Amino acid sequence: MRVSIDCDSDVVAARQKGRELASQCGFPSTDTAVVATAISELARNIVRYAVHGEIILRLVQNNGKRGIEVIAADDGPGIADIGLAMQDGYSTSGGLGLGLPGTRRLMDDFEITSDFGKGTTVTVRRWRR
Amino acid sequence: MNGSQDVATVTQARLETSASRLRELVAHLRHQRAQLREEWARLITEAKLLTAMTREELFAEATSVYDNYVEALETGTYEALQAYARNLSERIIPRGVETHEVVGIVLLLRDVLARSLFATYHEDFNKLNRILDAYEPAANRIAATVAVGFVQERERIIREQQEAIRELSTPVLQVRERLLILPIIGVIDPQRARQLTEQLLRGIRTNRAKVVVLDITGVPYIDSPVANHLVQTVEAARLLGAIVIVTGLSPEIAQTLVNIGVDLGKMNTVGDLQGGIEEAERLLGYKVVLMQEPVAHSA
Amino acid sequence: MQVPILKQGAYLIATVQSALTDEDLKQLRDTLVLQVSKVRARGVIVDVTALDVIDSFATRTLRDVAYMIRLRGAETVIVGIQPEVAFSMVKLGLTLEGVATSLDLEEGLAYLDRKGKARDQEVRTHR
Repeated sequence: MRVSIDCDSDVVAARQKGRELASQCGFPSTDTAVVATAISELARNIVRYAVHGEIILRLVQNNGKRGIEVIAADDGPGIADIGLAMQDGYSTSGGLGLGLPGTRRLMDDFEITSDFGKGTTVTVRRWRR
Repeated sequence: MNGSQDVATVTQARLETSASRLRELVAHLRHQRAQLREEWARLITEAKLLTAMTREELFAEATSVYDNYVEALETGTYEALQAYARNLSERIIPRGVETHEVVGIVLLLRDVLARSLFATYHEDFNKLNRILDAYEPAANRIAATVAVGFVQERERIIREQQEAIRELSTPVLQVRERLLILPIIGVIDPQRARQLTEQLLRGIRTNRAKVVVLDITGVPYIDSPVANHLVQTVEAARLLGAIVIVTGLSPEIAQTLVNIGVDLGKMNTVGDLQGGIEEAERLLGYKVVLMQEPVAHSA
Repeated sequence: MQVPILKQGAYLIATVQSALTDEDLKQLRDTLVLQVSKVRARGVIVDVTALDVIDSFATRTLRDVAYMIRLRGAETVIVGIQPEVAFSMVKLGLTLEGVATSLDLEEGLAYLDRKGKARDQEVRTHR
């Protein structure tokens, strides 16, 4: 399931889709809220910093465990220093920053690749216990 | 002469005879069904397996297993067998049947059938060999399938029971209007910590609690991640408009909290449960006054 | 999407529906601040019962609302945060620190009443 992210309302659409998917996967309500919140953070980054990107939602499996995977990909300016961006409180625009460390706390798996000038891809997963 | 073509045709021929061997084998097993099943049931009883079942039950199950076994041999597919194994396990595990019993009876059946093949084909040594070639790998696979099915079912049941125990061990008690008490006993693992938070937050909502006393007198120690989770729980409760008073904090746990950077001054803590309840009542505007001599007293 | 704002006595009650975009949140913030001055409200309740996600932007905006309204002499209470939403918020590390929160509308009104009385008391004793 792909959601194109171009503007504000796409952020809302993406998190609603994420919530539906998680619900279908049988996640309890706590987890659906967590997933929706993570999607909101990631999608907003795309709108704010990259103008255009997409959120890809998938159900995944690993050793009998079922989970949901969210990939936030954009072709924006990229992050120059990922280490710095992953620190709590860091921000280049005087705001709350990219919310990446927080998003990592929310989800079970967190992967990020970004190259300055080449865009960013964040992959997160939450597993069903 | 094309050498590889020869090999191909020989292999093809071998596969065809292998398939026909299997058919012959299955026909034999179906033909001998009554005796072999009887023999097997007898051996099971002799080996003192499945003692939790009555003779009738044993025979009924033996029949199903036998038929599923032969069908797996015939079709070469094991899904139906696996489904049956899990279904059977679901029924017998609550009766106290153990893994070694289930593995034991399947191996017994394998041997009963093998012996029957010996008895039938012992005159023709080559034929016996070829039939066993068809039988052995399939029989081993069947034994493994049944054993794995049983174990998986067992693990599923254990997980369910653990969940139930966890839920029972974290009661949320409404003591007064707007006051909840959560007594925690024992070690808190991450799973339990999460369940605790869910129950607490749900409890606040359902009971419209304004104060929650979280008593951890009965918790010997917690590690950093669980301590973190505890702190987050207190913060989440505040977002729902409730105050959390933590009571029964041991010096060790207090140290763990300090180590992860918690400002104990900002956290509402009271020494013991009674003190916590009194503080909670005070916050809610209650005042407890002794009106008269207690009615109950020892003579 | 417009958020309905009702006036109840000296208080303003904003009931948020779900599916608020960042723009909607900013608009709500600005409208509330304007209205507080206009009607001389003493308290504001933001009812977020219907919000299924409160992320970093929403939290920041709610904090801004409370701060700006306090500058105009009124108190803000956020009510109706759902258990799952509260859980996600603390996991993200968002605290609505410095902002009053209550379970629901009823509790929120009770809080504002108490706060109002205490403030009047304070004013009186300083006379």
